[in-house]
Amino acid sequence: MAKAAQPIMIDGVPLKERLAQAERRKKYIAFGMVLPLLIFVIVTFAIPIASMLFRSVDNPRMTELAPNLVQALNEWDGAELPSEEVFEVAFIDLTAAKEAGTLGRIATHLNYSLSGGRSLILKTKRKFKKIKSPPYREAMIKADKRWGDINTWGVLKKVSDRYTTRYFLNAVDRDFDNDGNIVEKPEEKQIYVTLFLRTLWISLLVTLLTLLIGYPIAYLISTQPPRIGNLLIIMVLLPFWTSLLVRTTSWIVLLQTQGVLNDIMVWLGIISEQGRLQMIFNLQGTLIAMTQILLPFMVLPMYSVMKTIPLYELRASQSLGANPFITFWRIFWPRSIPGIGAGGLLVFVLSVGYYITPALVGGSKGQMISNQIAFHMKSSLNWGLAAAMGSILLIAVLILYWLYDKVVGIDKMKLG
Amino acid sequence: MSTSISDAYVSFQEVQKSYDGENLVVKDLNLGVERGEFMTMLGPSGSGKTTCLMMLAGFETATSGEIMLDGTGINNVPPWKRDIGIVFQNYALFPHMTVRENLAYPLEVRKVPKNEITDRVEKALGMVQLSGFAGRRPGQLSGGQQQRVAVARALVFEPKLVLMDEPLGALDKQLREQMQYEIKHIHENLGVTVVYVTHDQSEALTMSNRVCVFDDGVVQQVAPPDVLYEQPQNAFVAQFIGENNTFLGTVRESQADRCVVELGTGEVLKALTVNVDGVGSQTTLSLRPERVTINPEAGSCDNQVQGDVKELIYLGDHIRARLELCGNDQFIVKVPNAANHSHLREGESVSVGWLSEDCRALDAPN
Ligand SMILES: Nc1ncnc2c1ncn2[C@@H]1O[C@H](COP(=O)(O)OP(=O)(O)OP(=O)(O)O)[C@@H](O)[C@H]1O
Ligand SMILES: [Mg+2]
Repeated sequence: MAKAAQPIMIDGVPLKERLAQAERRKKYIAFGMVLPLLIFVIVTFAIPIASMLFRSVDNPRMTELAPNLVQALNEWDGAELPSEEVFEVAFIDLTAAKEAGTLGRIATHLNYSLSGGRSLILKTKRKFKKIKSPPYREAMIKADKRWGDINTWGVLKKVSDRYTTRYFLNAVDRDFDNDGNIVEKPEEKQIYVTLFLRTLWISLLVTLLTLLIGYPIAYLISTQPPRIGNLLIIMVLLPFWTSLLVRTTSWIVLLQTQGVLNDIMVWLGIISEQGRLQMIFNLQGTLIAMTQILLPFMVLPMYSVMKTIPLYELRASQSLGANPFITFWRIFWPRSIPGIGAGGLLVFVLSVGYYITPALVGGSKGQMISNQIAFHMKSSLNWGLAAAMGSILLIAVLILYWLYDKVVGIDKMKLG
Repeated sequence: MSTSISDAYVSFQEVQKSYDGENLVVKDLNLGVERGEFMTMLGPSGSGKTTCLMMLAGFETATSGEIMLDGTGINNVPPWKRDIGIVFQNYALFPHMTVRENLAYPLEVRKVPKNEITDRVEKALGMVQLSGFAGRRPGQLSGGQQQRVAVARALVFEPKLVLMDEPLGALDKQLREQMQYEIKHIHENLGVTVVYVTHDQSEALTMSNRVCVFDDGVVQQVAPPDVLYEQPQNAFVAQFIGENNTFLGTVRESQADRCVVELGTGEVLKALTVNVDGVGSQTTLSLRPERVTINPEAGSCDNQVQGDVKELIYLGDHIRARLELCGNDQFIVKVPNAANHSHLREGESVSVGWLSEDCRALDAPN
């Protein structure tokens, strides 16, 4: 059979081409419509996250301050003490740094990883005048005998790496020792792991509490006729109309030792004047305030799922002989699980990164990792560490999504 | 009549229902359903059929009156203790359970032993020809298959009574007819009592032992399908079941079971007295289109008038003719497409006749 001729349009353009043209136009228009959003998402979401991830391993200090030395150390194999050339480069770079006034920063940087690193640099600096000509190797070792220790060079090589895992190690209370092994920090300096664990623990508790309180609310609202249901939903949303700060500080007013609740209990004689309860500025305060603030995020997804469970299915169950309790347990509950999953995940993820509330009402025992991140961002200016902690949180949340997908299935999640 | 209702297997006695405290949705319902009977409630939308069914199932409470099942009042029995199977219009299968789990559910909540559950579920699935589908979820079944699962589930626990609320409403015509027969056969084989709700009159006539015609919360007539069609007791039933020609008129004479009615246009017709108040009262005459003869032999019909043919529609086995006569321009006649049928032409004037016993004098519209 002969191959059918290509259909040609009246104006002589093949049909296929014309169709492709028309489709392409549509695609351009569609793309043009999402473009602003795409740019917005890239600029405000993708780039910051990428930058954070990068910053958590980025280590530009030495490359900036002593570029030649970094180069020489890169080539050095680390097997035995560096050669005269490396010593010469080191001397030249350090002298240049001294001239430029950046030697102090190198000293500080080295000191992060090598105890006594600062004094080594500064001591060498004082003796620079004596070192005039080669061989620099002997001269430097003479200036400070630690230059003759291969370990010193090992650490120097390590801190000169363009990329570092140090921030991540620090974020989990670990560090390199002088031999380059990963070791735990001294007991009194271990704070972050506890904080991470506490953050997860608080998030878990808040998720459970909001679930416990939110489930009956969502159930109630979803079984009301629409008019009453809408009113109740508005009441659930009402807190959103108030500033987060106001809501958090009102908890302080309520719960502090001289606060309303304590006053009432003293007045009722439940507790004595001396026995006023410490209900805020501790873990408990964080839990109470966060549970209240995050409750709507639990109720709404659950409500929207429960609303889709039809009344006639529950009636069918009853007509088949199941009393209301069995009906709830075997029909309503399993059907509401996607809502629990969605709400739980939402609340958990929001809690993990919660900041203002623990900062205000958490005291020292109710602080979360995000408070430390903020501290390193704003006060200690150790952005690398802050970025590493942020990245760990991000990874934890991603693992959680992955687990959720494995166990429940992300496609079962319904937000409305 | 009231004694027979209270003796019935299922009975509504002077039941009234109001949702809002202002309007009665069901007004004084008295109805008895015999054991093993297939009773259909038929009525237009909003007439209160679902409400009655829900009262029977226990999901709505009767505002007043008594509902009895198998000799005991069930007004205060909660739905899960009534032992009534229900097939809902949208099936109400549990989407998170397989077909097998759906069927096992009523048995499990009754604590039937495991192996017996397996047997009974298999049997029920066999009954609706779905043995191979036990492992599927309802979402993986076609509408008709879901329908059968719903029927099987409502029967598997051998309930005292099965209620079906427009169970075939969501199916297409062909499947609906097939399911009508299947449900009818299941009913015949099991001998279970069924109360069925529909607003499709042909469905009601096909399936039921008796049909209860409902309108506006009031029972209009309860009768077997043939009686309902051939001997409607009032104008609503005559109008609602099948096709119907009507004339309004005044009763002029009445003797034995016949009466003479004068129409508004002056014609005088003879009719069977069914539901009229006596001489001088208003009446609706009801006449089935297939009982009308075109060009009758002289003397064979005691009613004979002239009519103008307005429209002819060819329908294969018969021809539908719309005539104007006695002031009614919607008068329908079904002319059988038989060997010697009369050939009509639009615009011609023909003689039309019928027997007075086929023309029923019913109540007047109020
Ligand atoms: N829950 C309710 N609250 C208030 N009024 C209701 C309720 N359910 C039904 N009604 C009213 O009661 C009347 C009868 O309703 P019902 O559902 O029994 O009708 P139906 O005969 O089943 O109609 P359909 O054939 O359309 O299903 C209607 O006027 C309806 O508006
Ligand atoms: Mg209905």
